[in-house]
Amino acid sequence: MTLDSKVPAGPLQNKWDSYLESVKLVSPANKRKMDVIVVGTGLAGASAAASLGELGYNVKAFCIQDSPRRAHSIAAQGGINAAKNYPNDGDSVWRLFYDTIKGGDFRAREANVYRLAQVSNAIIDQCVAQGVPFAREYGGELANRSFGGAQVSRTFYARGQTGQQLLLGAYQALLRQVDAGKVEMFTRREMLDLVVVDGKARGIIVRNLVDGSIEKYAANAVILATGGYGRAYYLSTNAFNSNATAAWRCYKRGAYFANPSYVQIHPTCIPQAGDYQSKLTLMSESLRNDGRVWVPKKKEDVKKPAHQIPNEDRDYYLETRYPSFGNLVPRDVASRNAKSVCDEGRGVGAGRAVYLDFSDAIARQGQKAIEDKYGNLFHMYAKITAENPYETPMGIYPAIHYTMGGLWVDYELQSTVAGLFVAGEANFSDHGANRLGASALMQGLADGYFVLPFTVGNYLAREKASGVTVEHPAFKEAEADVKRQINGFIERGTKGDTTVNEYYRRLGEVLWDKVGMSRTEEGLKQALGQIAEIKQGFETNLLLTGTSESFNKMLELAGRVADFIELGELMTRDALHRNESCGGHFREEFQTADGEALRDDENFAYAGAWQFKGPGEEPALHKEALVFENVELSQRSYK
Amino acid sequence: MSDDMKLNLRVWRQAGPEAAGAFVDYKAVPGISEHMSFLEMLDVLNEMLIHRGEVAIEFDGDCREGICGQCSLTVNGQAHGGERGTTVCQLHMRSFREGDTIVVEPFRAKAFPVIKDLVVDRGALDRIIAAGGYVSVNTGPKPDANGMRINKDISDRAFDAAACIGCGACVAACPNASASLFTGAKITQLSLLPQGDAERNRRVARMVDQMDIEGFGNCSNLGECEAACPKEISLDNIAVMKREYLRAIFSKF
Ligand SMILES: Cc1cc2nc3c(=O)[nH]c(=O)nc-3n(C[C@H](O)[C@H](O)[C@H](O)COP(=O)(O)OP(=O)(O)OC[C@H]3O[C@@H](n4cnc5c(N)ncnc54)[C@H](O)[C@@H]3O)c2cc1C
Ligand code: FES
Repeated sequence: MTLDSKVPAGPLQNKWDSYLESVKLVSPANKRKMDVIVVGTGLAGASAAASLGELGYNVKAFCIQDSPRRAHSIAAQGGINAAKNYPNDGDSVWRLFYDTIKGGDFRAREANVYRLAQVSNAIIDQCVAQGVPFAREYGGELANRSFGGAQVSRTFYARGQTGQQLLLGAYQALLRQVDAGKVEMFTRREMLDLVVVDGKARGIIVRNLVDGSIEKYAANAVILATGGYGRAYYLSTNAFNSNATAAWRCYKRGAYFANPSYVQIHPTCIPQAGDYQSKLTLMSESLRNDGRVWVPKKKEDVKKPAHQIPNEDRDYYLETRYPSFGNLVPRDVASRNAKSVCDEGRGVGAGRAVYLDFSDAIARQGQKAIEDKYGNLFHMYAKITAENPYETPMGIYPAIHYTMGGLWVDYELQSTVAGLFVAGEANFSDHGANRLGASALMQGLADGYFVLPFTVGNYLAREKASGVTVEHPAFKEAEADVKRQINGFIERGTKGDTTVNEYYRRLGEVLWDKVGMSRTEEGLKQALGQIAEIKQGFETNLLLTGTSESFNKMLELAGRVADFIELGELMTRDALHRNESCGGHFREEFQTADGEALRDDENFAYAGAWQFKGPGEEPALHKEALVFENVELSQRSYK
Repeated sequence: MSDDMKLNLRVWRQAGPEAAGAFVDYKAVPGISEHMSFLEMLDVLNEMLIHRGEVAIEFDGDCREGICGQCSLTVNGQAHGGERGTTVCQLHMRSFREGDTIVVEPFRAKAFPVIKDLVVDRGALDRIIAAGGYVSVNTGPKPDANGMRINKDISDRAFDAAACIGCGACVAACPNASASLFTGAKITQLSLLPQGDAERNRRVARMVDQMDIEGFGNCSNLGECEAACPKEISLDNIAVMKREYLRAIFSKF
C-alpha cells in the first residue's frame, strides 16, 4: 500500500479552503443515523466529541479516568499558540507555520502545519466564547507571552494552568452534549481492541475498569484521541494513565505507526530524587521567559550553594552559545545542552541538574509580578523539593515529555484503516521531529474543533449504513482475543516472581539510556537485545495478583506494559534505521562540528510509517516523502 | 532525613461496592523515605503486598501533580490530609514523623459510593456540570477574542473560581456532604464573565436542583470545605451561588 497523504492541490494558502469547499456533507436526517466513537476525552477527544454531537451525530465517548475532566491535557501549564499578532510584533499565519516547520526540523508535512496555523486564531475565539479565563492586561485585552523557538509573543495562557482551563472549556462543551442526549459518556473504560470489518473500522472492544467486564461498541467511524506514549520510558512528565495501548492495538489491526522514535525531552523538569519515583514533574517552559539557565564554570564549584558562586564564575551557557534565542532555544537544543554540561561534570545537585535562576527577574520586576505569572509552579516546586525557588535557583533536568510520533494519518487525519481517525498527540501529524512549546494544545483543539468535524463528515457522507452490529463475528473474535490476553496475565501472574512495575522500570531505563536524548547505533542494537530479554521475562515470569472480574489497576498496567515493550522495540528500530539527526532524534554519529543535529535531507526527508506484519515478524517500513514547496530546507540555527 | 520512616498504616479495604469494608493494619512498612509523595508511599506498600501474594490496595491518582483531581484519599480524618492547599498526591512523607500511624480512607459521602478500597465514584459531580456548567455556544466562527474586553480583576476572580479541580474534597470534608463549594465555584466563574450572562438564571437553577437529586446535603456555612480545598477555593463562591439562586427564582426564565 502506498501512503497517500491526500493533500489537496493548489497553493498552500488555499488548500484548506478548497478542501472545505469540496467536502461532501451529511444531511441532518442522516447524521442522526450515524454513530461515531471517540476514544479519549482530552483536548482532542473532548473537542471532537462535543463538536460532532453539536452537528447531530450520535457520539459515544470513552475515557480511562473517572471523569473526562481529568485527562492528561489538564496538566498542561504554559500556554497555547495562535497567530493573532495582538502584540503587533510581526506575527502572522505564515510565521507561525514557518516556526513550527522549522522547529520540527523539517520533518512535518507542510500542508498540515499550514492548516494548523490557519485555524489557530479560531481556537482562541472559540475558547473565549466558552468563558475560558485567559490572562488579560489591565485594559481588558488578552495577554501574550513568548515561548521557545519563536521571536514573537504568541502564546495565550491562563496562569500556569492553561491546559486545565482549555480542557474544562472542552469538557463543559462535551457535557452540554451529554445533557442534550447527543453524546453518551463512558468513563473508567479502556479500549483494548479495534474491530475492523472489510478493511473499515467498525467498532471497539473495551474493558469496564470498575467490574472488569468486556464490552463491545459498534459505530460508523472511530476517532482515536488517546494521547502520547511518553510513559513507555516509565519516568516522564505524563500522567499515570497515559499509555499507548489503544494506538498499539490499532497498529496491530492495520494502522501504520509513524516516526515512533521522535520523542521530546523537555529541558525543565524537577530532577529525579530516588528509585521509588513514579513520575517527573514539569516546570513549564514559560519559566525560561524570566529564568536564566546556568551551571558553574568550574567543576569544583558544583557543590557550593548557588549564592556563593559569583556571577563571573557562572556559565549562562544558553545565552552565550545562542545569542539570538538565548534561554528560549527550542526544547531539543536546551535539553541536549543541559546533558552536555552535566556530562562534563558541571551539573549541580546530585549531578544531573542545572540551575534555572529567577533572581534577576525578581530584582527587575518584583516578587509579586513573578508570583502572578508562575505562582502555582513555584508552589509545586517548593512542595516537591522543600526548597524555596524565590530564594534559591531551581534545579532542573530534562525528562521525557511528549511524543511527536504516532499513528500515521493523511490530511484528513484518517489512518491507514478506513474510518479510523486519529487526533491530538496520538497522531504523528504536525510537529515533525520536535514540537515547539504551546503547540500541542493548539493542535489538539485544531484537530477536534476545526478539522475532524469536516473530515469525518466527508467520510461518513460516502458511507452507506453498514448494518454491522456487535453481533458480527469480527466483534466476537476481537473480544475473544482480548479475553485471552487478560486471562493469560492472570494465570501467568500466579507463577512468576517479578512485578509489572519491576519490568516496566527496566524497560524505562533501557529506553532512557539508549533511545533517549542521544543515541548511537551500538546502543540501539544493545537496546533491541535488552528489550527482547524484558519481553521474554514479562511473558514467563510475571507476578500479578487480583482477579480480572474486578477493579484491578495492576492488571490494567500489565496490558499497557506489554504494549510499551513492543512499542519500545519499534521505537528503537525506527531510531536505528534513521541514519541522521533531526529534532529530538539525535544520533551521535550525525552531528555538526559544533554539536548540533545534522540532518540528511537527501535520504531521510520522509515520514517513516511502520506496518505490523504479525507477531514475531519484522515490521515493514513505508515512506511518505515530505515535499517542501514553500519553505527552503536549512540547517536550523538559533544562534 | 529518613529513608526508612517505619510508618504504620491503617488502610480501608473493601472488595467491592456491595462488600463490607474494614481497616487493615500494615505495621512498620519498610522502605518509606520522607521525600516520597503519599501516593509513592502507597506504591511501595503495594509492591510489598504483591510480592507477598496479596491483592494490591486500589487508590485513584493520575497526574500526581495536584491538577487532575483524580486522587481522593482521606488521611487521618482529613480529605487530602492535613496540609493546607495540597492534594494528597502532593503531600510528602516529610510532613509525618517516624513511627507515626496513618489512617487512610476513601472520600466518604452518600453521593460518592465506594468502588473498591479507596476508590469512589464521583460521577455526580459531572452530572452537576452537565446540568448547566457551561456557556451554550457551538463550535464555529466567533467574534474576535479581543472584541470583548474584560476587566482584569473580574477575569482574575473568574479564574480563581475556575481553578477548582473537581476532586470532591469539599464534599468529603463537609459534615452535610454538600457539594456547594464545587457547584458555587462554577456558577461564580460563569456569572462573573459576560459570556455566561445570558443563561445565568437557568444555569444556577438547574445546577442547584441537580445537587439535590444526587443526594448531596445542604450548606450550613461550616467552612470545612474551604479548609480542605487543595486549591483554596473561597467560601465566597457559595455566597455568590445563593445570591444567584435567589435572583433566578425571583425572575422569570
Ligand atoms: C506536564 C505537561 C505540561 C504540558 N504543557 C503544555 C503546554 O503548556 N502547551 C502545550 O501546547 N502542550 C503542553 N503539553 C502537551 C499537551 O498537554 C498534550 O500533548 C496534550 O494535552 C495531549 O492531548 P490529547 O487530547 O491528545 O491527549 P490526552 O489529554 O493525553 O488525553 C488522552 C485521553 O485518552 C484516554 N485514553 C487513553 N488511552 C485510552 C484507552 N485505551 N481507552 C480509552 N481511553 C483512553 C484518556 O483517558 C484521556 O481521556 C504538556 C504536557 C505535559 C505532560
Ligand atoms: S493525582 Fe492528579 S490531583 Fe492528585
